[in-house]
Amino acid sequence: MMNEKQMKEKVQPKSITSPDLKRKTTLVFIVVAALYLYSTYKTESTLPEFIKSFPRMIEMFGGFFPPNLEYVSRVIPALVETFYMAIIATTISTLLTIPFCLLAARNINTNKITNQITRFFLNIIRTIPDIILAVVFVGVFGIGAFPGIIALIFFSLGILAKLLSDTLETIDMQPLDAMRASGANSLQTIWYGVVPQILPQFVSFSLYVFEINIRASVVLGLVGAGGIGLLLDQQLKWFRYDNVMMLIIVIFFVVVIIEYISSKIREAIV
Amino acid sequence: MRYELPPKKKISTSKKLKYTTIAIAIIAIFFVTFTQININWERIFSDRTINNFSRVIPQLFSPDWSTFGKVMEKMVETVFIAYAGALMASIIAVPMAFLAARNMFRFRIISSLGKWLLDAVRAFPELVFAIIFVATVGPGPFAGVLAIAINSTGMLGKLYSEVIESIDMKVVEAMEANGANKTQVFFYGILPQVIPEFLSYAIYRFEVDVRASSVLGIVGAGGIGFLITIAVANRNWDEVGMILLVIIIVVTIIDYISSFIRKRLV
Repeated sequence: MMNEKQMKEKVQPKSITSPDLKRKTTLVFIVVAALYLYSTYKTESTLPEFIKSFPRMIEMFGGFFPPNLEYVSRVIPALVETFYMAIIATTISTLLTIPFCLLAARNINTNKITNQITRFFLNIIRTIPDIILAVVFVGVFGIGAFPGIIALIFFSLGILAKLLSDTLETIDMQPLDAMRASGANSLQTIWYGVVPQILPQFVSFSLYVFEINIRASVVLGLVGAGGIGLLLDQQLKWFRYDNVMMLIIVIFFVVVIIEYISSKIREAIV
Repeated sequence: MRYELPPKKKISTSKKLKYTTIAIAIIAIFFVTFTQININWERIFSDRTINNFSRVIPQLFSPDWSTFGKVMEKMVETVFIAYAGALMASIIAVPMAFLAARNMFRFRIISSLGKWLLDAVRAFPELVFAIIFVATVGPGPFAGVLAIAINSTGMLGKLYSEVIESIDMKVVEAMEANGANKTQVFFYGILPQVIPEFLSYAIYRFEVDVRASSVLGIVGAGGIGFLITIAVANRNWDEVGMILLVIIIVVTIIDYISSFIRKRLV
């Protein structure tokens, strides 16, 4: 004989998710899987293809080792140029970003038209990949570090202005209101009301963009825009995989070290 | 009426010294950078540049609509590369993230190793992977998919592992105390907490990957970048304008859709 408690357990549904949700999840799953199959078909990225290329891959990785240690002497100057490019681009874009982020923040710039125009402009910059910008600037200025720097400036301006205007929108507006009420002009309110509130984030984001720029300038050389990417392109074309491996090792260590240092600095200031 | 600023806070000598050293170091770095960088200013500010400028820029802003069909076809391929790569990565990243999360295994070595591996993968731009894969599997979109997949695994694994580290472990403990086994804890205690954010990150990554895969073609790994290289080589700047326009519009649409879905997820 069953008691009441056992009865209740019997009628309980088998699953904790509702059939409606289940149906929806299944449908989404099927769509995602079907799209995946279609895109693998379109891009010829099937498993057999991958397996077929496996011996070639192993052969190539064999060529990567041992890395040519003597090649370091050629890598360092290119690396230094990469650094210079990232430093200059980051500096200029942090300066340029100030008017842009003020214009793009909804609470600082209450003029709807200029606000929307700035946001639209920044959104467009952000959608263009850095290397395409570099391609265009190389077309204009010729090969060298200069077009790379210009491309990085545009690229980091888009990121920085977006991050900073978002931060600006979260600041405490009450000190600003108080300052305006006691007769401060807009420059004074920005300097004494806004700047102290966002300075730590400003420095932190600038370092973050510097990190991104180092990483980005590594590849800019592929399209002739200076830096370490130029060597990478060259050595690959000459099938000097031992040199390529050396380059990869250097890039790896530089990126890791930069990331470590900048995360330490960011921890210290925010 | 007199205007007076409040007295300034006193700064200790050691702090002053610290700030001065930092300031000197920064100034020194800038000085070296701006004096040492090798830029041929004469060539940049020459008539040729001005010529280029007046030829390239107007053409960029008057896109060549006759190439629209061709460009669109390659853009679709770009999106497919991003989709296949991002989906592959979002699945591979799950076990990687559990390995790298500090609260999942008792041994710190495992999570450190996992984190180190993900960091190592993330250190390289996807173009570097693309170059390597083009050399191994040959030029074509497949190399692009592999490059995107590996690069996204590095990023997603890191983001996922942070999600796992932030979950409510009390639920897990409660289940363990009630005698649930490892599988049950995983499916009923951990997964429900992390899935919405995993999905959100995966969709976000797809957004990033569409942008990334639009340049893969520059090194021969498929997608719209291939058209850019050819158009630039032939100095068809109006075609480059068309390509840029298509990239901007498609990326914006995908960003919009993905942020819409993500808002509903989390």
